[in-house]
Amino acid sequence: MNTALAFLAQTLRIAVPYLFAAAGGVLAERAGIISLTLEGFMLGGAFSAMLGSYYSGDPWIGVLCGIVGGLAFGMVHAVSTIRFKADQVVSGIAINLLAIGLTRYFLKLVFGSSSNSPRVAGFSAGTSSTALVTGLLHNPLIPIGLLIVPAVAWLLYRTPFGLRVRAVGEHPEAANTLGVSVKRVRYAAVALSGALAALGGAYLSLDQHQFTDGMSAGRGFIALAAIIFGRWDPVRAGIACLFFAAAETLQIQLQGMQAIPSQFVQMIPYVLTIIALVGVVGRAVPPAALGRE
Amino acid sequence: MSDPNAELMREENPSTVSESMVIIRSRALRDRVVEAVLPPLVALLVSIVVGDLLILAVGQSPGAVYRLMLEGTWGNAYGFAQVLYKSTTLICTGLAVAVGLRAGLFNIGAEGQLAAGGLAAALVGLALPAGTSALIAVPLCTVGALVAGGAVGFVPGALRAKWGAHEVITTIMLNFIVLALLSWLISTRLRVPETLHTQVIRAGALPRLSAAWSGFHGSAANGSIAIVLCAAVILGWYLFRTRGGFELRAVGLQPEAAENAGISVGRTWIRALTISGALAGLGGINFVLGYEHYYEEGFATGAGFLGIAVALVGRSNPLGVVLAALFFATLSQGGLAINALVPKQMVDALQGVVILAMAASVPEVRRLLARSRGKR
Repeated sequence: MNTALAFLAQTLRIAVPYLFAAAGGVLAERAGIISLTLEGFMLGGAFSAMLGSYYSGDPWIGVLCGIVGGLAFGMVHAVSTIRFKADQVVSGIAINLLAIGLTRYFLKLVFGSSSNSPRVAGFSAGTSSTALVTGLLHNPLIPIGLLIVPAVAWLLYRTPFGLRVRAVGEHPEAANTLGVSVKRVRYAAVALSGALAALGGAYLSLDQHQFTDGMSAGRGFIALAAIIFGRWDPVRAGIACLFFAAAETLQIQLQGMQAIPSQFVQMIPYVLTIIALVGVVGRAVPPAALGRE
Repeated sequence: MSDPNAELMREENPSTVSESMVIIRSRALRDRVVEAVLPPLVALLVSIVVGDLLILAVGQSPGAVYRLMLEGTWGNAYGFAQVLYKSTTLICTGLAVAVGLRAGLFNIGAEGQLAAGGLAAALVGLALPAGTSALIAVPLCTVGALVAGGAVGFVPGALRAKWGAHEVITTIMLNFIVLALLSWLISTRLRVPETLHTQVIRAGALPRLSAAWSGFHGSAANGSIAIVLCAAVILGWYLFRTRGGFELRAVGLQPEAAENAGISVGRTWIRALTISGALAGLGGINFVLGYEHYYEEGFATGAGFLGIAVALVGRSNPLGVVLAALFFATLSQGGLAINALVPKQMVDALQGVVILAMAASVPEVRRLLARSRGKR
């Protein structure tokens, strides 16, 4: 029983950053803007959250700063792809490189380190197996992360804004004819995706009480894999996040036994995504206007 | 992004490939030059401005920092040789991305292809008896690198052609898969204990440039730059002087028109991504045969994404790619030179700025040109 609970708790803690990023990514992709940027948004969010917490001593100010950092990166991506009509893939890659570069530069500038920040105030989940549930609640970003997926699903399927997002991502010309400002909806969706993914990054730095260089470590791409594997549906993407996190947890817990090499577990999300795209079990079809003007 | 001409051609609606080519030829040369050259200049200008801000943020003078950067790269033999060394790998990944773009495909997997090429070169080298002449060993290892990179590139080509799986996603995913596989191979079988690299190759390898001229002493620059430049020339000839290259570009410009003209789009995609992967794989010889003489995990890190930058700034043209690779290599080596005044991490940020400015200015310049054509 205890092992099962421990497994569940660890899975949830690994899944939270994926859930935030995937929730954000689904919004942007459903509005027609490709989300190769999640990795950069997360890294930017992790860094600005650490910075906010460092200067204020309050992790909640850190969360706020993380959101602001994500919004800033999101707006850069939005302006370049929507205003300047830059290629979304290229702009996304640029955002990721920019996030790596700027966080490294300011890490060196502010803290004189090329690897990590000093310890800052943050949230921490208790690690002792007796207090698993309270431990999870101790870090408020964990319950928020679990609720974010249903929240985005509600936003997407039950609100006028969500309807506009879907319209703009499937058929921008028709949406435009009906008086929806395609640009404004896309700006909002990309900005929101920046803020949400940044929350995932803030979770990382506030959970570990410090920022380390490149700490998003490919999680943005795992979230992207979850989006595709979940066929651009927030709930299914969320389930994919939980599944990928469970696989990771299994690998960590089996590490002592060397049953499966860790590298093969790491491959799972990527292999499944390719399988989903090839369409062995129901083909993954992206939003019709994804990547188009 | 597929090709500078693509959007324009769509406006004029050519129905066949030959008509398309006529339209291209009839365009004013001036417009084509402006369209090719202006965006990189804009990107350079924007990155200098952002660089100024980052330098001023630490209270240094931009002029002094940029001078130091030039002195540390093109200003002395060692720095220049290091630029050559770093540009060699970037030319390969840049050419790889460029040939994909010419066919209308985005290869984001150059890093995995490069790593696979490097490991294959090392494995072939290790399989040869110690003391094998470089005249035999180098071509064999090079072929190994080309084949391994090409094999990794073939997969997303086939996935796209047979199942319509988009290559942007599959190449990203394959990157992680290939790197994890290589990491597993190294950690379980191939490495020297306590390290992340294989045994040292005892067969002949590529000479350092410092063997020819002592001024380059201490630099990693080596003979692979010659092989890589040959590859750039051959690619240019292939793209612009052969039937296969013509088909490849036609598919990149107008897949439907190409299909109507009897070109198999799917097969062309597979061919383009296989060539692309092979070119990225070729880059592996720079580190493995020219520098360390072993494969080491992580040697390819970042070279794939920079290859995208190189191909974009080089406008998917082999000569442009070589020049752009020299530019990005200068930035990267220059970072080391300025580290005393400004954190070298500045150049990491500038790389992102260059790509972003490039991506934003290409469509902008195209629109400006279209507008000025409308007025004429």
